[in-house]
Amino acid sequence: MNIETIQEDIIDEFSMFDDWMQRYEYMIDLGKALPLIEDQYKTDDNIIKGCQSKVWVHAELDDNKLVFTADSDAIITKGIIAILIRTFSNQKPQDIIDANTNFIDEIGLKEHLSPTRANGLVSMIKQLKLYAVAYQTQLN
Amino acid sequence: MFDVTKIRADFPILNREVNGKPLVYLDNAATSQTPTQVIDVIVDYYQRLNANIHRGVHTLSQEATDAYEGARIKIQKHFNIAKSHEVIMTSGTTHSINLVANGFSTLLRQGDELVVSAMEHHSNIVPWQMLCERTGAILKVIPMNENGELVMDDFHSLLSEKTKLVFCNHVSNALGTVNPIEEIINASHKVGAAVLIDGAQAAPHIKADLQALDIDFYTISAHKVCGPTGVGMLYGKEEWLKKLPPYQGGGEMIAEVTFEKTTYADLPHKFEAGTPNICGGIAFGAAVDYMNSIGFDEIAEYEQELLDYATAELLKIEGLKIYGTAEQKTSVISFNIEHIHPYDIGTILDKLGIAVRTGHHCAQPIMDFYKIPGTVRASFSFYNTKKEVDVLVEGVKRARNMLL
Repeated sequence: MNIETIQEDIIDEFSMFDDWMQRYEYMIDLGKALPLIEDQYKTDDNIIKGCQSKVWVHAELDDNKLVFTADSDAIITKGIIAILIRTFSNQKPQDIIDANTNFIDEIGLKEHLSPTRANGLVSMIKQLKLYAVAYQTQLN
Repeated sequence: MFDVTKIRADFPILNREVNGKPLVYLDNAATSQTPTQVIDVIVDYYQRLNANIHRGVHTLSQEATDAYEGARIKIQKHFNIAKSHEVIMTSGTTHSINLVANGFSTLLRQGDELVVSAMEHHSNIVPWQMLCERTGAILKVIPMNENGELVMDDFHSLLSEKTKLVFCNHVSNALGTVNPIEEIINASHKVGAAVLIDGAQAAPHIKADLQALDIDFYTISAHKVCGPTGVGMLYGKEEWLKKLPPYQGGGEMIAEVTFEKTTYADLPHKFEAGTPNICGGIAFGAAVDYMNSIGFDEIAEYEQELLDYATAELLKIEGLKIYGTAEQKTSVISFNIEHIHPYDIGTILDKLGIAVRTGHHCAQPIMDFYKIPGTVRASFSFYNTKKEVDVLVEGVKRARNMLL
């Protein structure tokens, strides 16, 4: 599935919820279900700066596609990561670079996109894209 | 007679909604809200008084100067300061501390010692570390115990004739601990060290008599006492303020300027370069008046009641732990719930219209001490109510149910 289709699926899923409580509960469930990053990658080098909660992201290339694993010590942040990973993992680096993230707004999580909010969502997206840029350069 | 309903009517912001819920503002240790009595002064300043001060011969300038200097006198009286020129108007506590730290650059030598408490805000750590880098002075730390109290025996053994300066907060921002500053001041003075007390967190709760305490430096920020942001006070004993060199150069702080030599203005202007936050200063004075009209004894009594109630109710929640259980504390509760990150709790509380602070509260050494990433901090003011405590407790329970 391409990034856009996944994002549309996510928007569909979130449209079923009537209020913030349900959205957050769903996100918390997603966070709990997130496949964890392997301990060897949970290093300080892989921590995304600027978050009140710790966020680790690891990326590796598999068959020309980027695979992300991640973790956080805060569960809501982890839920957001789960959504991002579902969108961006197993995608070609160039597609990740080109992807927009407006769907975050559409699923009612706009408040988490504010650069001043200390959850690091913005830094996280930036980091995922930076990995994509780095691997795309390698592929070229 | 203390009437919280009547008091709340002074604060227009308390009527607003957040995320569709009535605002429950419990982040008072970060900044206090502003009553109409202070807002009116700000509006009146720009509608009637706005002019630069200390310079103009015209009436507006004179009236603005009178209002600004009037505020200085109000602050002087509030803290029982001997001379009005010992009140330096600054942009806030951080500015005040940096001013003193900068001044001590010229007074310290390599090997001199500074003593700091383990429960300081970064603003009362970093300027001194920078000072140590510049001068070769050494920073020593008064440890704290599990309750969030300073270990005073250790403090006394840190003091020696090498100690030049001791700095400590009056009240801890992260824990609410009221520190034994009298003991700290007296012991420090015995070895000839000067003492700076960061009063930012004490000022909304305690009316400190700076002469009786014999403090050398005391700092506060107006926005913690119902005033505006960007303005605060440095109190310094005249003898110390005379010893310290000017901090910033510019207008207002000079006596005479030629390209060969500049002579500096007398206190307090020596430390007040440039056009100050005039409106902020005047509003600061109004805020001090407002707080006094409520009465600090009444505030302390009411806040203690809120603190006791909130502490008892929060502790009923399974897995909740309070950090900072000192015998003497202000109405601040820092807590965590087992297995839940403070950021998650803060996010859910925000959705419920409840404003708390989460994180390390600019006091990372305290978090390192407890080996936690941060806490949720609910800080209460005299305009908060028991009903709001109930909303908080219900909110925390709801967050716990969602997050566990």
